[in-house]
Amino acid sequence: MLRKFPKITIWRVIFAAIMLAGAYATYLRVMYGLAGSTNLSDKFPWGLWIGFDVMCGVGLAAGGFTLVALVHIFNIEQYKPVLRPAVLTAFLGYTLVVVGLLYDLGRPDRLWHPLIMWNPHSVMFEVAWCVTLYSTVLFLEFLPVVFERFGMHKPLAWIHRISVPLMILGVLLSTLHQSSLGTLFLIVPEKLYPLWYTPILPLLFYVSAIGVGLAMTIFESWHSSRAFGRALELPLLASMGRVLAVVMSVYLWLRFLDMSHRHVFGLLSQNRIETWLFALEIALIAIPTLLLYQHRIRMKPGKLYACAVMVVFGFMANRLNVGITGMEAGSGVHYIPKWTEVAITLSIVAAGFAIFRFIAEYFPIFAAHSNETALMELAEQEEDPVPVG
Amino acid sequence: MPKAILYDSTLCIGCKACEGACAERWGLPYNDRVAAEETISAHKLTTIETHGDKFSRRLCMNCLQPACASVCPVGALQKTALGPVVYDASRCMGCRYCMQACPFQVPSYEWDKRLPKMRKCDMCFERQSAGKITACSEACPVGATKNGNRDELVAEAQKRIADNPAQYHQKIYGLNEVGGTSVLYLSAVPFEQIGLRTQVPNEPLPETTWRVLELVPDIVSTGTVLLGGIWWITNRRAEVSKKEGRH
Repeated sequence: MLRKFPKITIWRVIFAAIMLAGAYATYLRVMYGLAGSTNLSDKFPWGLWIGFDVMCGVGLAAGGFTLVALVHIFNIEQYKPVLRPAVLTAFLGYTLVVVGLLYDLGRPDRLWHPLIMWNPHSVMFEVAWCVTLYSTVLFLEFLPVVFERFGMHKPLAWIHRISVPLMILGVLLSTLHQSSLGTLFLIVPEKLYPLWYTPILPLLFYVSAIGVGLAMTIFESWHSSRAFGRALELPLLASMGRVLAVVMSVYLWLRFLDMSHRHVFGLLSQNRIETWLFALEIALIAIPTLLLYQHRIRMKPGKLYACAVMVVFGFMANRLNVGITGMEAGSGVHYIPKWTEVAITLSIVAAGFAIFRFIAEYFPIFAAHSNETALMELAEQEEDPVPVG
Repeated sequence: MPKAILYDSTLCIGCKACEGACAERWGLPYNDRVAAEETISAHKLTTIETHGDKFSRRLCMNCLQPACASVCPVGALQKTALGPVVYDASRCMGCRYCMQACPFQVPSYEWDKRLPKMRKCDMCFERQSAGKITACSEACPVGATKNGNRDELVAEAQKRIADNPAQYHQKIYGLNEVGGTSVLYLSAVPFEQIGLRTQVPNEPLPETTWRVLELVPDIVSTGTVLLGGIWWITNRRAEVSKKEGRH
């Protein structure tokens, strides 16, 4: 019995290196605690694992609820082909967020405590409940894929019966905790830099999560079409690009309005690190938003993909600014993550990519709804997300 | 009657007797090396800071409306009627939101432990419950740290300022900061010059998040009706068009 040795490619080498570094960092985290594995301190208690793994992770998984709402609640059938990858990303995303939390919590063995020890005044308590319930919902939303794969018709019919309330619950829970990640930072008015601290932080977090959910869906479709050699659902993705442009325009407008009401534009004349990071974040969101308004850019796969990637990076810049860099001046501390923090974060991301690829290869993720006729119809309509009549 | 501590920086001689008494009360090691540290940490819950020829003291402010207790997802931190904000380590899961939320950067973490806890001053809750004064006020040889009922201490602080206006900066730190704290400061110079955070708002911080959290029931109920309604309409429309053979 000779198994074929997997071909060594540059990506596989990088993947192995990241996972090895992550394994060693995990050993350090377990044996030497947070002091031995992070650069966190009493004055800077939240770092990369919260700022990236949790705050970006939950946001990047927002495609799940956005697409479920579009396809099943607003009944926009055209988006069905990308629904499953979005739900899969969300499910994987939330699982990995919990993995990240296990590293970050001082007592990961007590992860379950908020479920029985209540404090309804705590935003973290609400987030804990929402994330727990929503992960369960995502699991149930993903189950049909597993049932289909193994031809289990009875449970499939059973789960279809509860699917509508399930999906409404999922959208509600997402609305709550996506915005609550912003609410978390309302408690630090004197620490978070005024370019980011605003009472409407929850609203901004919610709207940007919807946007990045769409951007991630475009991102995944592009990658999976290359990885599995399938045709790209271009008209569909282009129409999604248009929705993305509108969502991010609303987002930018809200931020502009909010800043003008709080009279903080004067801060932009200061030559500080915060000003430049703010400019970077806004540019990474505003440039793709403007570009996506143009038909010729939306219809070019490479350019559409580049715009989606920019939105994703702009989103991450925002979350890292709120969670980390925007907190430094107010805390009076300079924080740079330790290599172990970076290694574990990279391992979690790499594991996410690998598991997604594995599941997409062996389960009906992309094949499910992309029948020829649907694509033909879409091609005829070119890009019109709202069916008329 | 809520208890409080009045710390008068103009009386403090920097002898650090409060530090030693505090360490003894918590069973923490105290020696010259620890005494030299001028920051509070998991092994030093109060400290005397030197600011030129002035002294200042750091300890948990035991806020009247504590941000730490409001953000704790498991209710490990509780504000007692007596005044102290107490911590139940058996509930704590180590999310460190209390540390992030504290406007005075007080809670400390046992970063190097495998099973860490948060540490902070609890204004000697068990001593005060038994009718005794805090260990630090008992140890203070010059009365710079005084323990008593909050309203009486506020009155005394106001009297000290009124009697000696030249000696004092005309404010009491902790009277209104974040809605008021159990630790009150008097100083000869503006408070930022003795290392206190003066940019903290006077609004109680739990309000900032509660304003949003209290909307949750509204969002859930309105959202359910709205999403259910939209689904019902769009689904019905699809059914009709299918029946009429338009699809």
